[in-house]
Amino acid sequence: MSSESDRHHTGTVRVKRGLAEMLRGGVIMDVVDADQARIAQDAGAVAVMALERVPSDIRRDGGVARMSDPSMIENIQATVTIPVMAKCRIGHFAEAQILESLGVDYIDESEVLTPADEAHHVDKWAFTTPFVCGATNLGEALRRISEGACMIRSKGEAGTGNIVEAVRHLRSILGTIRSLTVADESELFVWAKELRAPLELVQEVARLGELPVPMFCAGGIATPADASLVLQLGAQAVFVGSGIFKSSDPASRAKAIVEATTHYREPAIVAKVSRGLGEAMPGEEIAGLETRLSERGW
Amino acid sequence: MKVGVLALQGAFREQREVFAALGCEAFEVRSARDLAATDALVLPGGESTAIAHLLRTGDLLDPLKERIEAGVPVLATCAGLIISAREVVGGLKGQVGLDILDVTVKRNAYGNQQQSFEAPIDISISPDPFPGVFIRAPVIERVGDDIEVLGAHDGSPVLVRAGKVWASTFHPELSGDLRIHQAFIQSASE
Repeated sequence: MSSESDRHHTGTVRVKRGLAEMLRGGVIMDVVDADQARIAQDAGAVAVMALERVPSDIRRDGGVARMSDPSMIENIQATVTIPVMAKCRIGHFAEAQILESLGVDYIDESEVLTPADEAHHVDKWAFTTPFVCGATNLGEALRRISEGACMIRSKGEAGTGNIVEAVRHLRSILGTIRSLTVADESELFVWAKELRAPLELVQEVARLGELPVPMFCAGGIATPADASLVLQLGAQAVFVGSGIFKSSDPASRAKAIVEATTHYREPAIVAKVSRGLGEAMPGEEIAGLETRLSERGW
Repeated sequence: MKVGVLALQGAFREQREVFAALGCEAFEVRSARDLAATDALVLPGGESTAIAHLLRTGDLLDPLKERIEAGVPVLATCAGLIISAREVVGGLKGQVGLDILDVTVKRNAYGNQQQSFEAPIDISISPDPFPGVFIRAPVIERVGDDIEVLGAHDGSPVLVRAGKVWASTFHPELSGDLRIHQAFIQSASE
């Protein structure tokens, strides 16, 4: 006879991917303290990413960027009721273990922090907590999924307020998926080799016409129009990092990006919420950057 | 049957796909004008605070409530149940709701994502257990006199019905099992 515990399963692929499904059509906002977390939640954020410095500050400060102080993450967990995510360095499974012990709802193995391992990403199957990872192309996305990622975000170029890289990565991932859907079985073997991705995942994507996990967009979203753009291109939700709390009026901009994300196909609504938001975050040309965060991870 | 799926945020696509697979004409509802053509409504899972916020900013709360009170059948799951409930424990201050289901519901009652789980649920509408998928799920702490409990887990109701309003704390749309949707469609067609 099976006991109650035999029939009660946590950390399944279905509940891990399921939380990502619940975040669709929403905005996940970077926050550095409890006040910002409250502003994000009140503005309609579906989740917050707790980190000590937003990407534009990490970029400015230089040096090694690491996992945030646990007490800072706990402070945000105590403040909001929406899911709380936090970042670990690429390959730094000990940081991921700490984040799991804190009970964060999603772990972002993130190129925004300084990588800890130049060959290996975290074995994400080993965790009960689901992971999100960045990707610049389909092969990278499928490698992360094969390691256990339950949500993919296109990387963009974090901390720049410049949407161009996010668009490049989204178009790359989605364009390649479209090519797979018209490839025949023998061509899929070649695709798997070229993408350096497991054949079974390549075949699954060809059949589904999309990734087997939700795909969100990150890195450079600064305006309601940016959110509308990437959703129309095929992203299913957005991460906004520096774009909100480095602008002149974060609460209004946060609300506006939330509304633009829901009503992304209605230009009149995006226009309405775009009025009078004050200054967006200062942006950066990609060519002038010293460090390309999106090149971290492989 | 034309099924409008509230698509402000959350798992609206999965619901639309399940209803389409069952032969319904399923479409997304984002504004009051989308409500006119609905024979049934789905309030999907998602983040209840975000959905409540968007109901308010989109001036959709009252039109939705009017449509439901006029007798349109409703299937509400997880966050949709929270939006429907008379009383919410652990909601935001001033969080708006539809008040179409006389229950008290506690948000995130099992804890954070690590406590999200799958478990078989005994349901009264079918002899075999239903695969329950609970994601940061709420718990129904109180049910009113007019509420019929169709399924329970660990002593709490997880699938309830009050006339034409059906609600679950779990996600039948993620389970791959269509029995609850089929039973809802059948009752909505009566």
